[in-house]
Amino acid sequence: MKVLKKTFFITAIFSIPFFITTILFAQLPAFLIPPAEFKAFDTPNDAGETVSLTWSASPSDAPDVFYILYIDRDKDGAFEKEAMRIKSNTSYRTGAPEIYGYKKGNGNYHYVQLFPRKIFNGETIDKKQVYYFKLAIAAGDSKIILDTIASARAQGNWLHMKKANNFAILIILSAIILYFIVHARRNPNMFLRKIGGLDAVDEALGRATEMGKPVLFVHGLTSMGSISTIAAISILGRIARKIADYDANLKVVNNDPIVMSVSQEVVKESYLEAGRPDAYNPDNVFLVASEQFPYVAAVGGIMTRERPAANFFVGYFYAEALILAETGATTGAIQIAGTDAYTQLPFFITTCDYTLIGEELYAASAYLSREPMLMGTLRAQDVGKGLLILVLILGTILASFGLTFITHLFEAF
Amino acid sequence: MERFLRIDRRIIFAIITVAVIVSLVLRFELPIPASEPAQAIYEKIESLPKGSHVMIAFDYDPASKEELQPMAVAFLHHCFSRDLKVIGMTHYPGAPGLAEQAITSVANQYQKKYGDDYAFFGYKPGSASLIINMGENLYSAFPKDYYGNDTTTLPVLQGVDSLREINYLFDLAAGTTIETWIAFGKEKYKFELGAGCTAVMGPDMYPFLQSKQLTGLLGGLKGAAEYEALVNKKANAVSGMRPQSVVHVIIIIFVIFGNVIYFISKRAVHA
Amino acid sequence: MNFLKRTIPLIIAFVMGVLMAMQYYVPHKLSQNLLEVVSRWDRIIAGFAVFIGAYSLFHLHWTRIKRKVEGWGYSVFVYFGAIITLIFGFLNGGKFFWHDKQEGTMFDWLYSYVQVPAGATIFSILAFFIASAAYRTFRARTNESTVLLLAAIIVMLGRVPIGNYISHYIPAVADWIMAVPNLAAKRGILLGVSLGAIATSLKIILGIERSYLGGGD
Repeated sequence: MKVLKKTFFITAIFSIPFFITTILFAQLPAFLIPPAEFKAFDTPNDAGETVSLTWSASPSDAPDVFYILYIDRDKDGAFEKEAMRIKSNTSYRTGAPEIYGYKKGNGNYHYVQLFPRKIFNGETIDKKQVYYFKLAIAAGDSKIILDTIASARAQGNWLHMKKANNFAILIILSAIILYFIVHARRNPNMFLRKIGGLDAVDEALGRATEMGKPVLFVHGLTSMGSISTIAAISILGRIARKIADYDANLKVVNNDPIVMSVSQEVVKESYLEAGRPDAYNPDNVFLVASEQFPYVAAVGGIMTRERPAANFFVGYFYAEALILAETGATTGAIQIAGTDAYTQLPFFITTCDYTLIGEELYAASAYLSREPMLMGTLRAQDVGKGLLILVLILGTILASFGLTFITHLFEAF
Repeated sequence: MERFLRIDRRIIFAIITVAVIVSLVLRFELPIPASEPAQAIYEKIESLPKGSHVMIAFDYDPASKEELQPMAVAFLHHCFSRDLKVIGMTHYPGAPGLAEQAITSVANQYQKKYGDDYAFFGYKPGSASLIINMGENLYSAFPKDYYGNDTTTLPVLQGVDSLREINYLFDLAAGTTIETWIAFGKEKYKFELGAGCTAVMGPDMYPFLQSKQLTGLLGGLKGAAEYEALVNKKANAVSGMRPQSVVHVIIIIFVIFGNVIYFISKRAVHA
Repeated sequence: MNFLKRTIPLIIAFVMGVLMAMQYYVPHKLSQNLLEVVSRWDRIIAGFAVFIGAYSLFHLHWTRIKRKVEGWGYSVFVYFGAIITLIFGFLNGGKFFWHDKQEGTMFDWLYSYVQVPAGATIFSILAFFIASAAYRTFRARTNESTVLLLAAIIVMLGRVPIGNYISHYIPAVADWIMAVPNLAAKRGILLGVSLGAIATSLKIILGIERSYLGGGD
């Protein structure tokens, strides 16, 4: 009996550590294996606010296992400041193709970006500060901190290398355009296909002059920063010049004060050039309203009251396109529209006599002036389009065979 | 015959007016099956576990209220009925009134408590830079909510530091915000993104569905009606489908009628 | 004069054009600061331009009232609306304009119950105009327009529940039309538009296109 008691006692004592370790390790999903590599570096192609950190994935990665990054400004510091905590099955290099591309092994490495300045919020930090990082892997109460200390300095970059593809396209297209501009000077008799809407400008203005009714020019809703508005203003300049010659009455309605001021200047110059500065009246180039629908109501009112003989809708339009053009159609005016807002094109095509579609809007200035240098750019656009079509066909063929490098080549970052 | 081709447009306007009024007054049921992009949003929300965080960006103003507000309400019904945590914000200065109205009215129906089950941040300018700020740190982007509470004290935000932790983001857009959310939010911070937009914008969003940058899309009043039908909360959008259907059919009848007259008169000329 | 009106604007256009184009390729903080400063200038100039716009509006309508041109009564409404809105804006719910904007004031009421419904009314005219425009212009004159007509009918039916009521293939075909041929055509137009925009920008930066400065060349 005594022997039995002794055996029980000894077994109980030896069992205690076993129980303790079992309880401890029961909280862990498995033994934590720390990552083998850990690196920090300045994030490329940025303004100099971030540093990047990368480390190899660990077999322990799981949703309830975390990576904790500690940051310190001193290599021998205590590394007490937590910079980031992420689930260990997230944030891989695959999420940063702008740095690592589309390599197969990207899924085996973690990658994060840190804003050290924000982490040390409020503290004065030298621009040349080097930051030091430590990585820990943690699950439940257990945590393993790697010995490796990674360091990096956040530096601003002067060139965004990943935008090189975009830059190359810019250079190629610009070179083509410049070439054809120079070429056009030597060969001014360039063929230009007929654009019905622009040929009809004279007819519309002639009709307005005969009827003694005004010509209404509407240039969309966008501001002076929009290329469509600039194209519209160019066309306005050409039309105003013709109107001054015809001695017709031009009304320009605006919804943006800057566009209005520019339009006033353009119309005034055109009248001046035609030798009729006295015919220019600044009250004919006016602001009607700065909001979309009040603007529509006002322009609609002008159309129904003054019944212009010709309406020009040139520029970028939104939902107001059909309301304006249909109101104009009811008054029996000749209507010429030109827009690159492709959602509104169907409305103009159904309600206007002539419609300039998309790029024809940009071609209008060259077409109306027949100036060789401007016409040269049109040829360049065609060549550029040809190149794009070739690339599209090539990309489609390659992608059909599973080769996606050409897609990545044109990727925008 | 010719005079039919030059019919006074006021007659057409009158017919449309009568059709809209009659179809609004008369109540008849039309089946509203969900389109694939609407179903995708519904299924995504169904798949989220209780307590997941859904952020709604109310990026519209009163001008687009008729199309987007029913969408917002239907989506909120779905979120609250699934016990998801809802966070609202907007890029439009004209939106907070509409957004607050939608959130609180639906939340009250499910006895949800502000701060515990949902929060509304209100409006902040910045567009893309605001999204980036939210992607880095939600609390620095919105230190205070719409009502002036400190956002760090809101229990509903527990477990959320930035957009990275948002389980689903739904943008209700009247302008170009969907593109901004994709470029500066989804692509950078990797969250699931769905969107609702006005009918005019719908076709422009198809490429994003094809490229899987949007998990789903509700387009215009029809999209809203589909979602109302999916969550079984038929309201304004579903009843709006009646006049819309009737007017579409009337326009089609007009077009066919016009063509028949055109052919008859052409034949008469040839004869 | 020509120097001030032509040369200087063209130099500014060239320098700013090149600078802002290059800014896109430079991620450095300095480049971002430049963008911020330029967009701030843009906003400030736009702020001042509002005064020019308001002056133009009021001057025009004042002239109309003074000369009693046809429809001058509408011009009185311009002043009437502007003055009412200004008064309530300045009153700011009794707290006056030097305090923060108050909620639920008469100014808000004017916005919510006058401007918004009036805007919505104008917007709703679209439905009527689409109907009349479709009736007038949708004719199967040629083979192409017949195809267009059929596509339009399918898409219109496919966008509303009644289409599905007739046949569940209609919404599917409508979606296909929107997502494939429609999208392809749109992308084609968009490519052309983008190239045109690049060429126009370049013409402006290089000073080849200068009609936006006024005059023919």
